[in-house]
Amino acid sequence: MSVIEARGLRKAFRTTVALDGLDLRVEEGHILGLIGPNGAGKTTTLNAILGLTPYQGELKVLGCDPWSQREQLMREVCFIADVAVLPRWMRVSQLLAYMVGVHARFDRRKAEGFLAKTSIAPNRKVRELSKGMVVQLHLALVMAIDAKLLVLDEPTLGLDILFRKQFYDSLLNDYFDGSRTIIVTTHQVEEVQHVLTDLMFIHHGRIVLSCSMEEFEARYAEVMVKAEHLAAARALKPIYERQVLGRSILLFDHVARQKLTALGEVRTPSIADLFVAVMGNHAGAAQGAAR
Amino acid sequence: MNTESNLLRESEVDSETAATASLPETQPLYWSVRRELWENRWIYVGQLAIAAVCLFGFLISIARWLARMHGLATTNPAKYWETVALPYNVVAGVMMVTLILMSLFYSADALYSERRDRSILFWKSLPVSDLTTVLAKASIPLVILPVVTIAITLATHLIMLLLSSIVLPANGVSLASWWKGLSIVQMWGLLIYHVLTAHALWPFPAYCWLLLVSGWARRAPLLWAALPVVAIAGLEKLVFHTSYFAAAVGSRFIGAGAPTAFTAGDMFPTDPMTHITPGRFLGAPGLWIGFAVAAVFLTAAVRLRRYRDPV
Repeated sequence: MSVIEARGLRKAFRTTVALDGLDLRVEEGHILGLIGPNGAGKTTTLNAILGLTPYQGELKVLGCDPWSQREQLMREVCFIADVAVLPRWMRVSQLLAYMVGVHARFDRRKAEGFLAKTSIAPNRKVRELSKGMVVQLHLALVMAIDAKLLVLDEPTLGLDILFRKQFYDSLLNDYFDGSRTIIVTTHQVEEVQHVLTDLMFIHHGRIVLSCSMEEFEARYAEVMVKAEHLAAARALKPIYERQVLGRSILLFDHVARQKLTALGEVRTPSIADLFVAVMGNHAGAAQGAAR
Repeated sequence: MNTESNLLRESEVDSETAATASLPETQPLYWSVRRELWENRWIYVGQLAIAAVCLFGFLISIARWLARMHGLATTNPAKYWETVALPYNVVAGVMMVTLILMSLFYSADALYSERRDRSILFWKSLPVSDLTTVLAKASIPLVILPVVTIAITLATHLIMLLLSSIVLPANGVSLASWWKGLSIVQMWGLLIYHVLTAHALWPFPAYCWLLLVSGWARRAPLLWAALPVVAIAGLEKLVFHTSYFAAAVGSRFIGAGAPTAFTAGDMFPTDPMTHITPGRFLGAPGLWIGFAVAAVFLTAAVRLRRYRDPV
């Protein structure tokens, strides 16, 4: 069953087009990374999915129309929108009591269990917590909700690396069970690479790349090409070429590994490298044509 | 056999989750009101502080008050009872001014602060509708604040009565006649009636207007709420040389505009001459026109909350 299905999603602000006919399909049990440069339409996409912004086009999330059925949808969807949205005046104990009061799928004991592993005391106010602790708190609340879809928009922004690592670890170990679906956007792509099952690149309000991580590993290969093989390697039409410490690293799409191993050291590229390649090609399409 | 029992267990689990997955309709509203009280503790802390100041004032003026009463008891009985009731009226008046100020500032901030601190994104991540949220916020000036004011005022009066009962006999005033003359129960009845009519029901559309603007303004909601009022009033004055609009708006805020709630023109609730006319109040078109306007403002506020981004 697809959890999210979007067809021809459009959204224009006064001067800019944020979503330009975006198509998207997310299946149950997947962890999707939505990666894109600033202003590509990531947050707008998530806001549309969460019923926070009106849009044109077709969109169904868990069978609901998010804009008109937000309240109903939020029983089965939860999200962390940004690092600092928990009300600063609220006490941790008040937050827990409130969640029990308004959310039928919230399990207070579970949340308390997660919090017990942190140094967050129940009588503390959110404003007294450090940035990292606020994220821990928010994650504890969200993980205690038996939701079908979890949406994370830059959840680890501004956190140090220890908190970031912990965040994704607990998400995988304590939350993800194979039947839930998670969408995450982030700029720290290296850190989510091992977490994701699916990958999407978004640029100028459109999906420019969409594949599973298995596909990603099978499809893309990065070769550190020896100088003498450079011409032969270029003949195989790499999608991107960069220089590191005087050596050429070429990125190939859909080229058999046997052909590549002869040219140099082959490895799976990082998402960040592929991102740069794909975005560079999109941005520099005009430039490339001129060359 | 085995599969059957498995099926059974599954359906059991299903019905269980279905049962826990639905909350009573009113529960989100109840918790939304509670969270307003958590966030805005000054609603009752402020009132308590004002009441404490009033009590302090009563304590230090009690001797002078007694002296004045002594002189009047024989010479001017009518004036005497006025003097007896005076501190109670002053306290009630001060508490009502506090109530008006608090309702004003609460309403102008209610849908603004959640956008300013971005917590609206958290509230919207929960299965609580915009309608529930707006109704919870509207219930503060309509129900919670008036009830809190009444409770604190009555408690303050009670403490003042106790203090008087200790001091009066010691100064040779008959407690029995004093109690009779003060007619505290009637005073309280009038007070409750006055607060509910003149400070809750009658000004409700004005508070709804503030709620609406607080959900729209990017800054200074109180200012944005006042500007159109001033503009319309000014326009009316210039073009028609009248000031009906200003009078209508003013009456909603000051509460003097529940003109149909009492027979006498004087609004002081403890004036023994005033007589309540709830039937006339509830039957007055002004009240219902006000409710209709309030409903329009609240509907607009609900819609606005769906669209509005954090500030």
